[in-house]
Amino acid sequence: MAAISLDRLSKRYGGNPVLDAVSLDIQDGEFLTLLGPSGCGKSTLLRVIAGLESQDSGGVAIGGVAVDGLRPKQRDVAMVFQSYALYPHMTVAANMALPLKMRRLTLLQRLPIVCRLLARTRATLRQIEEDVRRTAAALEIEHVLDRKPGQLSGGQRQRVAVGRAMVRRPSVFLMDEPLSNLDAKLRVTMRAEIKELHRRLGVTFVYVTHDQAEAMTLSDRVAVMLDGKLRQVGRPLEIYADPAERRVAEFIGSPKITMIEARVGEGGQVHVGSRLLPIETAQPPGSLIVLGIRPEAFTLVAPGAEGELLAGRVRLVEHLGSDLYIHLEGAGQAEPVIARLDAAQAPHIGIGEQIHLAVHAERMLLFASDGRRIRAATDRRPVAVVSGLRAAARAEYAR
Amino acid sequence: MSAVNAPSYDASSRQPDGIRQVRALPRRRPGEVFAAVALAGPAMALLLVLFILPVVAIVAVAVTDWQFGTRSLNFIGLANFRAIFADDIFLASLRNTAIYVSIVMPGTVLGGLAIALLIESGDSLRGFYRAIHFLPFMATLAAMATVWEALLHPTIGLVNNTFAAVGLPTANWLRDETTVLPVLAVIGIWQNLGFAMVLFLAGLKSIPQDLYDAADIDGADQWLDRLITVTLPMLGPIAMFVVVVVALRAFEAFDTVQILTQGGPGHASELLLHTLYRESFEFLRAGYGAAITVVFLVIAITLTLIQARLIDKRVHYQ
Ligand SMILES: Nc1ncnc2c1ncn2[C@@H]1O[C@H](COP(=O)(O)OP(=O)(O)OP(=O)(O)O)[C@@H](O)[C@H]1O
Ligand SMILES: [Mg+2]
Repeated sequence: MAAISLDRLSKRYGGNPVLDAVSLDIQDGEFLTLLGPSGCGKSTLLRVIAGLESQDSGGVAIGGVAVDGLRPKQRDVAMVFQSYALYPHMTVAANMALPLKMRRLTLLQRLPIVCRLLARTRATLRQIEEDVRRTAAALEIEHVLDRKPGQLSGGQRQRVAVGRAMVRRPSVFLMDEPLSNLDAKLRVTMRAEIKELHRRLGVTFVYVTHDQAEAMTLSDRVAVMLDGKLRQVGRPLEIYADPAERRVAEFIGSPKITMIEARVGEGGQVHVGSRLLPIETAQPPGSLIVLGIRPEAFTLVAPGAEGELLAGRVRLVEHLGSDLYIHLEGAGQAEPVIARLDAAQAPHIGIGEQIHLAVHAERMLLFASDGRRIRAATDRRPVAVVSGLRAAARAEYAR
Repeated sequence: MSAVNAPSYDASSRQPDGIRQVRALPRRRPGEVFAAVALAGPAMALLLVLFILPVVAIVAVAVTDWQFGTRSLNFIGLANFRAIFADDIFLASLRNTAIYVSIVMPGTVLGGLAIALLIESGDSLRGFYRAIHFLPFMATLAAMATVWEALLHPTIGLVNNTFAAVGLPTANWLRDETTVLPVLAVIGIWQNLGFAMVLFLAGLKSIPQDLYDAADIDGADQWLDRLITVTLPMLGPIAMFVVVVVALRAFEAFDTVQILTQGGPGHASELLLHTLYRESFEFLRAGYGAAITVVFLVIAITLTLIQARLIDKRVHYQ
């Protein structure tokens, strides 16, 4: 049993808040990913959970027990570091045996030679060796047990680091960007292996990354962290399709979401420039709001068609096999608008061409000018159409 | 000075393999040969003039009976070597040097390591402690030796007065056959401590924090366990370098002997370099001095070779 509970954790480095009242409940056996840009405090949060760093205020509980005063080794957590942090002077076997030796042998028993002589120590050492071999076999690194870390490939080092964490069967696994030192192909392979490892061990994983693809594919839940605050915690799909605030929407998703300024008119009508959108909002008339539109929410329409939202000149076309990414400029936006279109639907688009895009009301994300999500947007069309579109949106993301 | 660099951790520099590959290249074109000579030539010339020719000259002089300043010399074979190994003064000097090195080397290395660990573990006044311990290495020993002489003075010296005050036995430290060599060794340690400390500090700085964190997680979080698991092994390459350099420096000790004792009392503090100097330049027996020099060189080169081997083979974790 190792659920983790973080209660209003805060930490400052020299006056700069690095963690700001972080509260989070991680369930036993859950795979939770901390996702955020570089420098947002992910590693710091992980190190606080591990006990390598102490918080200024707030509390950490693991398995229902407050662990704030406990040293890392007393918390029953294992950690995989971005650099792997293998001991370069020890063989792979010795690296993996160390956590066991530290726990099962006394200081006296660990002394070289002297205590090899005692029968009980010998038996313990044999048991440790056996455990190491079993773990190594599970990770397919048995054949490198006698090598030093310097003689291993990146992927092998990564496995050894995982092995060292795994060997003593901790109830919590903490991983700090364990794949970021691998090449792209190996990263995808190891990603699958980590997922498999989690399934097999069934223990709690807290995984830090700034790679969205990793977060989306591995996690049960993703916690998005920006500037030391948890902005949103939810299932991967939820974070993408239903962001809680503008910055989360902008951080998640590649290519980036398009943000379009809109004005609230009489009776909650929403205008973009001179166009009236088929949605209503409860925001006060005259206020400014922002529409967020994912690239795949755009559809290509004929000029002047109903529901047309914007028009612009094509600056760049990226072919990705079944899809196209179209970069539009001059659509009344400072940044180019990026739309993802079906290649079959738009086979002939060339650079410099003027095209027109529409967006279904259901797929517009509304944000207040302070970045808060506005959920009260109501569609003015019949309900049946809306739910059909919702299903379409699901299918779109799942692709 | 490649040995001073951080133990290469993770990143693998496979230097030995690289060198072997270059050697295995097939025959070269004349242009390449010319370029190679042009590039290596100046260094070779300097090596020849500054090292190889003098060594050849020394060996040549060592097999003659040349007296410094005279015009005649005769080839006498290995007679000089037979003579020095039958000479009680030379043998005493050799033995003293061995004792001196075997006190100064471990004393300096362990002391330097201990001070570096202490400085690194504290938070305040690091720069101050570093400077204080490094000073003796920078100061001219000629000036410092007078201070030591005053400290060790049998009647008014601070050492004897302090010892007397706390009831410890006193001695005429530099004039007593039994104390003179250990006292010189202590001064030798004092002299080299800062050098060892600075190198160890650099080594400690280059140990990645991640390794300590990993040790914490793995349960090696007591002071001794951290030292054994991370600190000492990661200092391996630097420790090797410090050991050999300090051994060489101790082996070459000369100034303390010349200024404080002139090898006395009797020959109790006669060290190799001092004996060599006296034979060659005071007694002007150049052939005899050259034979001592050859012995000296053989020992020095052996130490250097051991260093090169050990550093390449044992402590670079590849
Ligand atoms: N020991 C420290 N002293 C001072 N500031 C620190 C320290 N450690 C981290 N910080 C600061 O805290 C902030 C968060 O650091 P942290 O390492 O947690 O970021 P991160 O989200 O893990 O980033 P990355 O993805 O680059 O690893 C950064 O701005 C960093 O500069
Ligand atoms: Mg980090």
